[in-house]
Amino acid sequence: MAEVASEEHELRRVIDEGREVDGLGENELLAIHRSLVLLRTYDERSVVYHRQGRIGTYAIFWNHEAMQAGSVHALADGDWLFPSYRESAIGLLRGMPVSTVLHWWRGHPAGWWNPADYRVASICVPIGTHVPHAAGLAWGEKLKGNPTVAIAYFGDGATSEGSFHEGANFAAVMQAPLILLCNNNQWAISTPVDEQTHADTLAAKAAGYGMPGVRVDGGDVLAVYEATREAAERARAGGGPTFVEAVTYRAAPHATADDPRAYIDLERVEEEKQNECLGRYESYLRRLGVLDDARAEEVRQEALELMRAGIAEAEAEPEPDPELLFDNAYVLPPPNLREGWSA
Amino acid sequence: MAELFLVEAINDAFHVELARDDSVMVLGEDVGRAGGVFRATAGLRDRFGESRCVDTPLAEAGILGSAVGLCMAGWRPVCEMQYDAFSYPCLDQLITHVGRYRWRTGGKMEFPLVVRMPYGGGVRAPELHDDSPEAYYVHTPGVKVAIPSTPADAKGLLAAAIRDPDPVVVLEPKLIYRAEKQEVPEGEHVVPLGRARLAREGSDVTLVAYGAMVPVCERAAEELEGEASVEVLDLRSLKPLDEEALLASAAKTGRVVVVQEAPRTAGFAAEIAAILAEKAILDLHGPVLRVTGFDVPYPYWKIEDHYMPSVERVAAAARKLLEF
Repeated sequence: MAEVASEEHELRRVIDEGREVDGLGENELLAIHRSLVLLRTYDERSVVYHRQGRIGTYAIFWNHEAMQAGSVHALADGDWLFPSYRESAIGLLRGMPVSTVLHWWRGHPAGWWNPADYRVASICVPIGTHVPHAAGLAWGEKLKGNPTVAIAYFGDGATSEGSFHEGANFAAVMQAPLILLCNNNQWAISTPVDEQTHADTLAAKAAGYGMPGVRVDGGDVLAVYEATREAAERARAGGGPTFVEAVTYRAAPHATADDPRAYIDLERVEEEKQNECLGRYESYLRRLGVLDDARAEEVRQEALELMRAGIAEAEAEPEPDPELLFDNAYVLPPPNLREGWSA
Repeated sequence: MAELFLVEAINDAFHVELARDDSVMVLGEDVGRAGGVFRATAGLRDRFGESRCVDTPLAEAGILGSAVGLCMAGWRPVCEMQYDAFSYPCLDQLITHVGRYRWRTGGKMEFPLVVRMPYGGGVRAPELHDDSPEAYYVHTPGVKVAIPSTPADAKGLLAAAIRDPDPVVVLEPKLIYRAEKQEVPEGEHVVPLGRARLAREGSDVTLVAYGAMVPVCERAAEELEGEASVEVLDLRSLKPLDEEALLASAAKTGRVVVVQEAPRTAGFAAEIAAILAEKAILDLHGPVLRVTGFDVPYPYWKIEDHYMPSVERVAAAARKLLEF
C-alpha cells in the first residue's frame, strides 16, 4: 500500500447504509447490543482496574467490540473461537465468568479455563501462532463429520507472520471450515499497516490461498455479523475457509503500557472516537425504534454490575498455592520435576 | 518375533497403533503416497485411508500447529518432520504452544501428540540432514523425549509415545535405520518411557549413550575387552530420565563416560554429568568425561567422520578414566 488504505469503498456496510440484515429480529438485535455493551464495559473497567493496580498490563480492545460481538453472534454455540490477546474477553459472550478473564489479567491460575467448556481456545499471546490451531481444529472436526466451524482472530500485523500463512494455507488445502477474522486496526503497536504489507488490502491475500476474501467496516457490528454468517454457512456446506478483513482504526493505546502519542494520528483517533462502534449501533437501533434511553441504561447497569461482581470475586480468590508450579504441565510428570523444590 | 530393521519396526508400530486406536492419525510431508522418505509410514494410507495418513503442505509449523488443533478435536496426531534440521520451523509451535497448552488450560485439556523425526549424522547427506537436536526438545517444558537404538525399542517407544497423554518427541537414529535386522515382538509392544536399557553389563566403566551412539559404545566396549569390563547404558528416554539406572551403574563402576553426537556445550551429556556430580560424586573414582560432537555446524560429509564420536574416541576416554 502506498498509504494507509482508504476504507471508503469496497467495505461491506449495513449501519451506514441504513440496511437491515435478513433474519435478524428484535431479540437478536438486542442480544448483540447487550454483548457490545458487556465488552465495552469490560474494557473500560479493565483500564481503570489496571490504573488502580488491580489487574496487570492489559491489552485494550476499545472500539473493537463490534467485530467480536458481530462475529460471535453469527456463529453457532458449538463453533470454536480462537482469540488473540485483543479478544481476551470474548469468552464472556459464551458464558465465561468475568472473574475468569480478570484472573487471566491478574496472573492468577484461576484465569486458565478448559477450552472445551466454552469452545473458546486459550488466549494466544504470541502473534498469529494460533491460526494453525484453528485450522487443525476445523479440519479435525470435519474429519469427524461434525458440523463445527472455527474462527481465528488476529490483527493486521499477524498477516506478516509465517504461522498465519501456514495456517491459512493448511485450512485452504484441507478445505477446513475456518473463518480468518483479521482485525485490521491499521497499527501493530507503532507500525502502520503499510509497513506490514505492500498488498492493496489484506483481504487480497485470500486469493493466494484460493479462498474468498471480504472486507467489512469493522466498526459496523451488523456488517461483521453478515459477513461472518455467510462465511460460516459456506464453511459448513463444505466450501472451506474465508478471510474476513474487518477494517477499523485503533483509537486506544495498544495496551496499558503503551503511549501512542509518539506515532499515531491523533486527529484520526478523535474522528474514530466520535464514530465508535457502540454509539453507531445504538443510533441505528434507536432509528429502528428497538432501543430507547431506559433500555440502554438498563443494559449498561447490568454490565457494570457484572463487572463489580466479577472484580469482587476475583479479588476474593485466595492467593494460588505455590505447589501449582508443578501441576498441569504434564499428565504424567517426569519423576525429577520437583528437583530443587524445598517448600 | 519378526526380524526387522529399525525403520521397519517403526512402520510395524504404526500399523499396530493405528489399528488399535481410531483416533491415531499420521501427518507430514510425503508420509502418504510415498510412505515417508524413509518408508516409515509405508502402507498406512492404503490401509487406513487418506484422512488418517495425510500428506500435508510443506510447512513444519503448520503440521505441528494444526496437530494442536487436531488434539482439541479429539485426535491423537503423530507428526513426521522429514529430517532433524527441518524440524526447526516447528520449534516455535513446540515451545510456545505444544509444551504449554495443557498447563494453560489448568490441566483440563490433553495434547497427546507425537513429533517424530529421523536424526543424526554419518549418512553422507547434504547440510541440515544430520543434526542432533535433542537438547532443544529436552529443554522444552511440557514435552517428553525418547530415542531408540534398537528395532524392538523403536517399535515399543513409538507405541508408548502414541499412547502417552503428553506430547512426546521421538528422535530416530537414521544412521541405523537399516543397519541390522533384529527380533521385534509382534503385535502390541510398548516400552515405557523413562526406563533405560542395560545394553551390556560391566564393572569397571559405564558408557552412557542413546540412539546411534549406543552401537558405537558397544563396539568400544568390545575393543576394550581384556583391558576393562565395560557397561553400556542405553538411556532410551531423555525425559523422563531413568536416574535410578544411571546412578546404579555409576555406583557399580565408579567411572562414567557420556557420549552424544550433538554439539558439546549444554548438550544432554552435560545434564548427565551434572546429575552425577550432584548425586553420585562419592561413588566416582574420576571425573565424568564427555565424548561429543563439536560446537560447530555439522560438517560437510567428506569430513563428518572426524566430527562424529568414534569408537576410538570413546575407547580413549574410557582408558583415560580407567587410570583413576
